[in-house]
Amino acid sequence: MHIIGCGNPECGDDGAGLLVVERLRELGIEALGVTTRTCPGEATGLLSAWRSDDALIVVDAVVTGAPVGTVHRWDGIPPAASSPSASTHGLGVIQALRLAHVLGCVPRSLEVYGIEGKRFEPGSPPLPKVKAAAEDLAQQIRTTIQANHTP
Amino acid sequence: MTGRTIRVETLARVEGEGSLYIKMAGDRVADVKLKIYEPPRFFEAFLRGRHYSEAPDITARICGICPIAYQMSAIHAIERALGIRIDPATRLLRRLFYCGEWIESHTLHVYMLHAPDFLGFPDVIAMAGAHRGVVEKALRLKKIGNRIVTLLGGREIHPVSAAVGGFYKTPTKRQLRELVADIEWALQASLETVQWTAGLDFPAFEQDYEFVALRHPDEYPFNEGRLVSNRGLDIDVAAYEDHFAEHHVKHSNALHSVIEDRGSYLVGPLARFNLNFDKLPSVAQEAALQVKLKPPVRNPFRSIMVRAVELVFACAEALRVIGEYEPPPTPRVEAPQRAGTGQAITEAPRGILYHRYALDDQGLIVTAKIVPPTSQNQKRIEDDLRDYAARLVAWPQDEATWKCEQAIRNYDPCISCATHFLKLDVER
Repeated sequence: MHIIGCGNPECGDDGAGLLVVERLRELGIEALGVTTRTCPGEATGLLSAWRSDDALIVVDAVVTGAPVGTVHRWDGIPPAASSPSASTHGLGVIQALRLAHVLGCVPRSLEVYGIEGKRFEPGSPPLPKVKAAAEDLAQQIRTTIQANHTP
Repeated sequence: MTGRTIRVETLARVEGEGSLYIKMAGDRVADVKLKIYEPPRFFEAFLRGRHYSEAPDITARICGICPIAYQMSAIHAIERALGIRIDPATRLLRRLFYCGEWIESHTLHVYMLHAPDFLGFPDVIAMAGAHRGVVEKALRLKKIGNRIVTLLGGREIHPVSAAVGGFYKTPTKRQLRELVADIEWALQASLETVQWTAGLDFPAFEQDYEFVALRHPDEYPFNEGRLVSNRGLDIDVAAYEDHFAEHHVKHSNALHSVIEDRGSYLVGPLARFNLNFDKLPSVAQEAALQVKLKPPVRNPFRSIMVRAVELVFACAEALRVIGEYEPPPTPRVEAPQRAGTGQAITEAPRGILYHRYALDDQGLIVTAKIVPPTSQNQKRIEDDLRDYAARLVAWPQDEATWKCEQAIRNYDPCISCATHFLKLDVER
């Protein structure tokens, strides 16, 4: 099982995915056999981070027009309209997953979580609703993984 | 097409990094405005009051593609302010570090951002369906650049090992030798890339550029050299602000860089290649000449070929460095505590990156100035578009827009991903 959090920590709500992964690490997720990675930039390097028989969870910020802090969930690769592509130039993680799909190396199990953001200016902190959503999502992911964990 | 307006606005990048507006008056371009969002201005303020040792890691966050460029310019400027002389082995390692970043960045741009334009695909994902082997080769090539960066930088993205005076940790000879087989493969793949890009179709479009790049007496430039141009500029990098100015323009929150009394100029692969062809290793020179690429290259669309030649250079240089490397006596030299001001320019993949820092006697940053390559090319991109758009008057709107976006991507600007997802409004 791999968990990847995406975003730029210096750009407000864009760092939502990173907040989730950092919180999961504090909660001891890696002791449950889970590897975690963060991706603040271009994402094609992540294509070698998993094998096709792996399970993968991706967490990223999204903008869909939903209320700030809404947590979205997709089984598999999200539709194009949901992709935030809030990375720097290059491919974002959703584009990297689509490329993996074309190349036949999508993980056997893929869950994508998106936290609705609104404020992305450099230097701005995440909005309180985004931070709260990241905390809730981290707890939820840990609880689910722990329930299925066999030591 | 009389009175047509081409307006391109970003959608995917929520912070709105770039937009393009072209106003046509008959077959004449009446106005071109390229707006680029520019994060370095925020970082300049963010750096004030921080200790200089934090600058490399803070500035590395400006760009997810070229963090090493930001680290290298920051470190060299601060070392200049403090009067630090680094060990020759450290200098070699920094060249290898830059090789890794150029391999990553150029591979990304050549294959994944720019090639889809030439082959008629909306993006690399669509291109991969028809050119799977090409994309898989690109991913392997890019991964080798990642390996170099990870080894020297301590981690794959936003490296943390580079420091003022050297590195926090230096690799062993054995660790570097373990990279050789991969880099030898990358060199062959890069030579194939030169041939592959030579087979693309290029519009007949040449401009009379002033090329600006570093030039070093002994080597193709990365971290050192004088700043030169094809119109007589030849200065120490510390004099950059005496010769270059930044002007505010109403339509953009980014500043336009110009050479004083002359105007726009071009930085990046074309400038480096044209001003430093004689410093390329023979394998890179021969690869270029085999595809009839020789200076002066004035067609910006051929920058994809020049990037491929620079991939050959980066691989050959990486192998040279690894062959010569002996670990330095200490990973980094100690920095004296003193006030000072230092400037540096290094060659980021997309052109010269200027940093200036003023430090107080406690090592705190008093002022910071960062001029990224995309800012320096911004006015030049507008000048290209002014000429190029005039040739597209007879083209359908969607194709004309795509061609304009491709012309912007010649520069590998920091708005590349945004311009792949642009929406067009037409006013007649």
